[in-house]
Amino acid sequence: MRFGVVVFPGSNCDHDTLYALRDVTNQESFFLWHKEHDLKDADCIVLPGGFSYGDYLRSGAIARFSPLMQQVKEFALSGGLVLGICNGFQVLLELGLLPGAMLRNKNLKFLCQYVPIRIENTETPFTNRGKPGQVLHIPIAHFDGNYYTDPENLKKIHQNQQVVFRYANPDGSLSSAANVNGSMDSIAGLLNEQKNVMGMMPHPERASDLLLGSTDGQIIFESIIHYLKNDR
Amino acid sequence: MIDKHTLEEHGITQEEYQEIKNLIQREPNLTELGIFSLMWSEHCSYKSSKVHLKKFPTSGKNVIQGPGENAGVIDIGDGLAAVFKIESHNHPSFIEPYQGAATGVGGILRDIFTMGARPIATLDSLRFGPLSHPKNKSVMEGVVSGIAGYGNSIGVPTVGGETYFDPCYSLNPLVNVFCLGLAKKENIFYARAEGKGNPVLYVGSKTGRDGIHGATMASSEFGEDLEEKRPNVQVGDPFKEKLLLEACLEVMEKKLVLGIQDMGAAGLTCSTTEMAANSGTGIEIDLDLIPQREKGMTPYEIMLSESQERMLIVAKKEKIKQVQKVFERWDLDAVIIGKVTDTQNLKVFAKGQAVVDLPVSAVVHLCPAYQRETKPHSPTQTAVCSSDVPLPEEYESIFLQMVRSPGLANKKWIFRQYDHMIQTNTAVLPGADAAVIRIKDTQKALAISLDGNSLYTYVDPRTGGKIAVAEACRNLSCLGAQPLGVTNCLNFGNPEKPEIMWQFKEAVEGIAQACRAFQIPVTGGNVSFYNETEGASVDPTPVLGVVGLINNVDTLISPEFKEAGDCIVLLGETKEELGASEYLKQIHSKKCGPVPEIDLEIEKRVQKLCREAISQGILQSAHDLSEGGLAHCLAECCVLRKTPIGCQIQLDQQIRTDALLFGETCSRILVSLKNKDKDALFALAKKASVPFAIIGKTGGKNIFVRHFGETIWDIPVQKVYSLWNNSIPDTFHVK
Repeated sequence: MRFGVVVFPGSNCDHDTLYALRDVTNQESFFLWHKEHDLKDADCIVLPGGFSYGDYLRSGAIARFSPLMQQVKEFALSGGLVLGICNGFQVLLELGLLPGAMLRNKNLKFLCQYVPIRIENTETPFTNRGKPGQVLHIPIAHFDGNYYTDPENLKKIHQNQQVVFRYANPDGSLSSAANVNGSMDSIAGLLNEQKNVMGMMPHPERASDLLLGSTDGQIIFESIIHYLKNDR
Repeated sequence: MIDKHTLEEHGITQEEYQEIKNLIQREPNLTELGIFSLMWSEHCSYKSSKVHLKKFPTSGKNVIQGPGENAGVIDIGDGLAAVFKIESHNHPSFIEPYQGAATGVGGILRDIFTMGARPIATLDSLRFGPLSHPKNKSVMEGVVSGIAGYGNSIGVPTVGGETYFDPCYSLNPLVNVFCLGLAKKENIFYARAEGKGNPVLYVGSKTGRDGIHGATMASSEFGEDLEEKRPNVQVGDPFKEKLLLEACLEVMEKKLVLGIQDMGAAGLTCSTTEMAANSGTGIEIDLDLIPQREKGMTPYEIMLSESQERMLIVAKKEKIKQVQKVFERWDLDAVIIGKVTDTQNLKVFAKGQAVVDLPVSAVVHLCPAYQRETKPHSPTQTAVCSSDVPLPEEYESIFLQMVRSPGLANKKWIFRQYDHMIQTNTAVLPGADAAVIRIKDTQKALAISLDGNSLYTYVDPRTGGKIAVAEACRNLSCLGAQPLGVTNCLNFGNPEKPEIMWQFKEAVEGIAQACRAFQIPVTGGNVSFYNETEGASVDPTPVLGVVGLINNVDTLISPEFKEAGDCIVLLGETKEELGASEYLKQIHSKKCGPVPEIDLEIEKRVQKLCREAISQGILQSAHDLSEGGLAHCLAECCVLRKTPIGCQIQLDQQIRTDALLFGETCSRILVSLKNKDKDALFALAKKASVPFAIIGKTGGKNIFVRHFGETIWDIPVQKVYSLWNNSIPDTFHVK
């Protein structure tokens, strides 16, 4: 499968994401420069983590105006798979491809740590290789990951099973302590209505190598590949 | 023209001014005086330290570049080189903690990528006053946020370091930042301006009035005018630096440039003069061409500005278009501002007029070197010896008090604010003896340890210096890494005071001696003098950054106990040494000696044994004994885990119980291993002539310690875990 990793000038997880896709998962993967207009026939577009344009305004606020993002938007609206990781999630919110917004973490500090997340929905292109309720150990690293949306939207999101991951305890239970950044309903990963666009705050590319502590992130990449091969 | 007051403002003595006039055969103008004031400042010229720094061993078979460049370079095989350096940003971090620390990170990163290396890790050695004082808390909070703000944004993991607290740092915190980069051996670049007529390019951010006289500020003590110095601190823009990093690495990878130098301390002045002086050439620049952020800047201000995220590049004429194209892609200025000449002078024009014309060698090399007076400084308390310390009635509360003291407690509150996993190479998470960064596409990994013990160097700078090297190497050996090279940051008071100069000289000699014994070259570093505020000096604080190589990353182990039923063995011998220990300082309020003895030959044997045992796969864990002694080492082995594990310890040595538990005898490592591997370890230890003792086993819910027949403590490990974890967050009233 062909994975296009979008590079904004301040992306800094672009190399890690490419490495996880190309060298660990063995997929044909390449960078897409933000100033270009061509998605190079990618089957899946990945918006990696980082600080797209420095993020001195709101995280991801400027990235949505870059030339390539128009292509990404059209690609998503026509059903193409788009995965936004961390800053990529923030960009997807700014683009309007996903509902809601991000606030500062509840402790007002940057947080870098492993977190357990629970899979809420396995019938998605991004989680079909996981088991319902399975707990994955994947690192987070962000300042603005405190998900927020209005109550009406929240209801819709739940009704339509758009919540993919929630911050949980290692045993899968939910708690305020486990919800490290204070996200509404502990939301860690979210789909659009059509379920072809997903944003997640944890970094699956950082959980792709046993030497570094976890390979749980591979479930997400493998799910995408499985979906593209079988269900598309 | 130049009066006494102007000289004082520029930190130049009458004698130095005479020397300047002799060298240039006339009076300098104000801009020229400004240039000398920066380049002849202690920070840039090392005028007080030079004569002593010569004692460091700087060569070795793996050294590609020793001191004198932006960073040291060591060959690590596979066509790769490790590029590393440490820098202080102490003064700016006190005046403006966030920006001071942030630009400290920015500056050291530039030192590394200027050489053609991609920065792969940073570590910080931080020292603050006690957190009981709100000012110290706010300084610490600001420094940590500043490091996080810069490092997280640019995408270089902050993987470890050390944090220590003592009243002497209350008005003068220490912020030392270390960076490690990885380069292809054939693609290393230097600060050179070669080839008459070659264009000189200015790249990166525009120049503003920030940071004027930063280097001079870092070369004087602080008085009561602290607030007035705030405009001297630069403001960092990590996003800009990220662009600069990518663009610079791209032009270097494509071999489009001949020489490159970052504009750090002393900005345009330092980069132009050093590049020319290194190549025996001259440089001519036109200030009207410099990209400027503010209107109406004078030549003086432009030359002395320390605006961040700027570099100077010399390239061949025919490559200029290609270089500019790369920078344009990254939305950065890349402007030709002058050319290389053969005059050996720096000539600066503004509005058609020559405003500076100085011989570069005079500016860069001919600053007077001072053999400053030294006078032994013996803390009066040294006379207090361990027999004056009463034996405690019970140990449990002492143990717990130590475990939760901020210097020894878990630093997770700090490092979880740093992105320590980005670049997906962090094989050992922060909190272990050293950081480990694997090198993709090889079996290798690099380990880094930052270490210093100011209590030791305060009591006995020479022995303290030796121990600092030994301990940093021991940290690496605990992970199986062979030490390769060292960089150091020497933080001291005012060198014009003979007692301070003596501390410096002694510490340097101790460090040099230990480096020779370990055969690790010093490839560069930084001296930070004038760490005094209102007459009070910090304790002498040399910080050592040692880089080591792990050949097979699969053999890597970590410090925490692994499973119940493992055998716990102490390698090395414990002596009755309480001097200069954390125990004396914290429990008995004594900062006194003597510091533990160190025999470098024994130290080397213990470390080699540990590395060998790790490479043979017979150890489950290894952790070095240092501050807090055996007691704290045991505690960490039990709690440096997701879920803590207990242990049962039986000590049968005829020395004071407190010395046994809290003494800091050197050359000791605590290991755990499966029972079946015991014989293999003992055989290795006997062969290496390293004493060892089986002291217990892992498992259970308590940390249970006995000395002969007496129970010293029997404490639920969960309690230790909570105290150790919550100490610092509780101080900041957060969870």
